[in-house]
Amino acid sequence: MTVDTAPLVEQLKGGLDAPICLTWELTYACNLECVHCLSSSGRRDPRELTTAEAKGVLDELHDLQVFYINIGGGEPMIRRDFFELVEYSIGKGIGVKFSTNGAFIDADKARRLAAMDYLDIQISLDGTDAATNDAVRGDGSYDTAIRAMEHLRDAGFGEFKISVVVTRHNVDQLDEFKALADEFGAQLRITRLRPSGRGADSWHDLHPTQAQQRQIYEWLLAKGDDVLTGDSFFHLNALGEEPLPGLNMCGAGRVVCLIDPIGDVYACPFVIHDEFKAGSVRDAGGFSDVWKRSDLFNELREPQSAGACASCGSYDACQGGCMAAKFFVGIPLDGPDPECVSGHGEAAMLAASSGSVAPPKPMMDHSKPARVPVALTRR
Amino acid sequence: MLDSSLDLHPQVALRPEPFGALAYHYDTRKLVFLKHPDVVRVVRSLADHATVADTLTACDIDERRWPSFDKALTSLYESEMLHDR
Repeated sequence: MTVDTAPLVEQLKGGLDAPICLTWELTYACNLECVHCLSSSGRRDPRELTTAEAKGVLDELHDLQVFYINIGGGEPMIRRDFFELVEYSIGKGIGVKFSTNGAFIDADKARRLAAMDYLDIQISLDGTDAATNDAVRGDGSYDTAIRAMEHLRDAGFGEFKISVVVTRHNVDQLDEFKALADEFGAQLRITRLRPSGRGADSWHDLHPTQAQQRQIYEWLLAKGDDVLTGDSFFHLNALGEEPLPGLNMCGAGRVVCLIDPIGDVYACPFVIHDEFKAGSVRDAGGFSDVWKRSDLFNELREPQSAGACASCGSYDACQGGCMAAKFFVGIPLDGPDPECVSGHGEAAMLAASSGSVAPPKPMMDHSKPARVPVALTRR
Repeated sequence: MLDSSLDLHPQVALRPEPFGALAYHYDTRKLVFLKHPDVVRVVRSLADHATVADTLTACDIDERRWPSFDKALTSLYESEMLHDR
């Protein structure tokens, strides 16, 4: 469909008039405490957007012609106005895809969801058995997710999504995940583990090994035709001649962004940190002004330096990898990805950890306080 | 394709962008890039003319570029962004 013009990816890097793919975390509250939670969710933040404010943002997104939004959290269904907001969004012509752990999808809710148009549901599942899944997502979370999937199937929802964060421990289950999705008439989505949020602490133990990265790449090339990836594995393109499907570029601040529960706007869902905060939907000009005029987003839309990767023959293929992954392990943004398939990430992480500056910590932590066993004593 | 009478599918929304436009199909949930402002102009004018060829003429598209427009519009037709009138 190309008609004599510069490559599309180069154009997209210059930014769009509005995001294509906007992630909106509706709340920091969550019934689970997954060890890799990108947003360190657990407790609700008292500053979270009100129903009226959220509707105001949806009005803006409608005016900007944003076609659909990805709603997440926390667990978005915890919000009492969840259905109200989803229905308002769809009524404005903004399709909704929301991510959930499934705990609040009973038979009634499944029927209500099945009756709505322009709605996609993504059930998070990180193992095809309870042991693998619950080690990451918490006790009982596997059964909860499967039960929600059964309710959606029984309600005739149609094709929902099963969303998997690929780790060292579930990478061998990719075929089983696909079979599970097929069994439910669902579509499989697999995404990359990032060292963001609580993931900063668990990443070193969970992220796939170099050999497993090749396994993911080869699996996607062989069987990934109808598997969604959120374009998240583009750093693997340096492994071969054949690129993975998708745009294969970092879309942060250019085609994607994040609105967090208190209305702050970040360059992408994986960088909830002041350095990547562009503004707030509560600012005078609203979301639209942040997207169009914030200094951070305009900087990201300038040509980026290949930095330490400039002399590497694979740069065109991998684009230097993921900004968020580098940031939270302490690698400079123009350095290699920590999971660089040529192994440059290891050295860069070593250099970062030998310096005097510790890798940046996530700035928002809504984790529930650790439960300290209390010894009952009699006074 | 040049002799066909086409129109934008009623469930498709076009959003102008610096490179051309984004087309989103609310039924199929497919997103497609129209990578040149001239393609956007042509797509928007399809309904006003009897055939694709008439539209290209009306939009002042040089005949040397017609094969690439034919290809672009065929691809949009196959992804159901355009339909027969």
